[in-house]
Amino acid sequence: MMLIPCPWCGPRNQVEFTYGGDATVERPADDAPMEAWFAYVYLRDNPRGPHDEWWLHSAGCRSWFAVRRDTRTHDILASAPVGEPLGERAP
Amino acid sequence: MRYSAFSLAREALRGHRDWPRAWRSPPPKKAYDAVVIGGGGHGLATAYYLAKEHGVSNVAVLEKGWIGGGNTGRNTTIVRSNYHLDANAHFYEFSLKLWEKLSQALNFNVMYSARGVLNLVHSPADIDAAMRRGNAMRLNGIDAKFMSREEIAAWIPNLDCSPHARFPVLGGLLQPRGGTVRHDAVAWGYARAADALGVDIVERCEVQGIRVEGGAIAGVETSQGFIATPKLGIAVAGHSSHVAAMAGITLPIESHVLQAMVSEPVKPILDTVVTSGAVHFYVSQSDKGELVMGGDLDFYNSYAQRGNLPVIEHVVAACLALFPSFGRLKLMRTWGGIMDMTMDGSPIIAKLPVKGLYMTGGWCYGGFKATPASGFLHAHTIAHDAPHPLNAPFTLERFAEGRMIDEKGAGPYAWAH
Repeated sequence: MMLIPCPWCGPRNQVEFTYGGDATVERPADDAPMEAWFAYVYLRDNPRGPHDEWWLHSAGCRSWFAVRRDTRTHDILASAPVGEPLGERAP
Repeated sequence: MRYSAFSLAREALRGHRDWPRAWRSPPPKKAYDAVVIGGGGHGLATAYYLAKEHGVSNVAVLEKGWIGGGNTGRNTTIVRSNYHLDANAHFYEFSLKLWEKLSQALNFNVMYSARGVLNLVHSPADIDAAMRRGNAMRLNGIDAKFMSREEIAAWIPNLDCSPHARFPVLGGLLQPRGGTVRHDAVAWGYARAADALGVDIVERCEVQGIRVEGGAIAGVETSQGFIATPKLGIAVAGHSSHVAAMAGITLPIESHVLQAMVSEPVKPILDTVVTSGAVHFYVSQSDKGELVMGGDLDFYNSYAQRGNLPVIEHVVAACLALFPSFGRLKLMRTWGGIMDMTMDGSPIIAKLPVKGLYMTGGWCYGGFKATPASGFLHAHTIAHDAPHPLNAPFTLERFAEGRMIDEKGAGPYAWAH
């Protein structure tokens, strides 16, 4: 069972959350070339190790936030509100 | 030694002491005509068909652990070809046709059991979708039959078909030729048959790097040293991103954990495979008597080969909603396997953008049933440096070209397929 640290509500049971995928992909500019849009929509680094990802506290405060989680162990290394860098705030 | 009733009787009289090893365990040579990474069903099948169909027998299969120890040993053994889209239907039907003759082809009993795969429907919309898919299957020459609630209730007495069920059963789409295959036997059968044709199966040999020279494959760096080859096939689904990255390739894939579980073994109680998309659940009974169950992904990226309890609770709850009597059984074992989840839910069996590099992967939930066709078509692609018509749609480039094969219509969210 994962205890996911919501930056606003503290550690909560994983069943309260919805997964939002890779948080490192960035939306290209509207006039960016097709290759940039292709990479944004389809390509993922899919790391075996620490992975920065979005979670939504859907059965809680309904905020999106970022989590750094090790995909080999499910250990959660950090969490941060949207816009703040991961790692500067203890989970 | 050829396996037969005669050899079984002869060895039985000798106390089963003289059975030879089913395959050799040679150290790797310095160079091969082709190397396959991954000693699961797909990799071993690739090597077997390279030797059998294309006369390329100077081949090595490199496996970091032991053969069949990954997803080949972690699936729920179901085979079927009940797909709607043409590319998937033709591909999986080709696979099912290979399954039907595989024990004879390999001289190894893979225990294909055509016990049927039944997809339950619980709503009028479910019925429409099942009818549509069933009709599409029949147009593609695949067996499909819509069953009424009454027919299902008479066939499967343990299934709660009453109108008071939590999710009332309104009918179901049956593929009679679907069923189960003994998963470990698939790895062992392909390994033995490939070895007999001269393929080297090298276990405990982890690929740690891919050497590319002048835009072409030169070989692989492994835990047992460098092995040179001009042709390299990747068959490591679950870890395809990890291995492709060694050649500088980023794939449209995320790795997710899918769990499965078995009950304690009981006497025969369920003689088909029952699935329900509405409650995210499927169950069959193994020949040992265990009820083999599974459901959805855990829905977060993972390489951990184990999941968490909420999905297990969901699967068990769904099981009891459909089969209340199974509530008396104990859950004996749970495990997880890592799925390559592609951005359209369909596999990639194709040339990669490095000369001499190929892959079969991106299996989402569907890897086991695809094993023979995946190996056959991967081998064809490697031998000819060009795809077979059956795997021509399953390219890596289809995502950039807008030719997705999205059976579910879920869009580019890997975990939604």
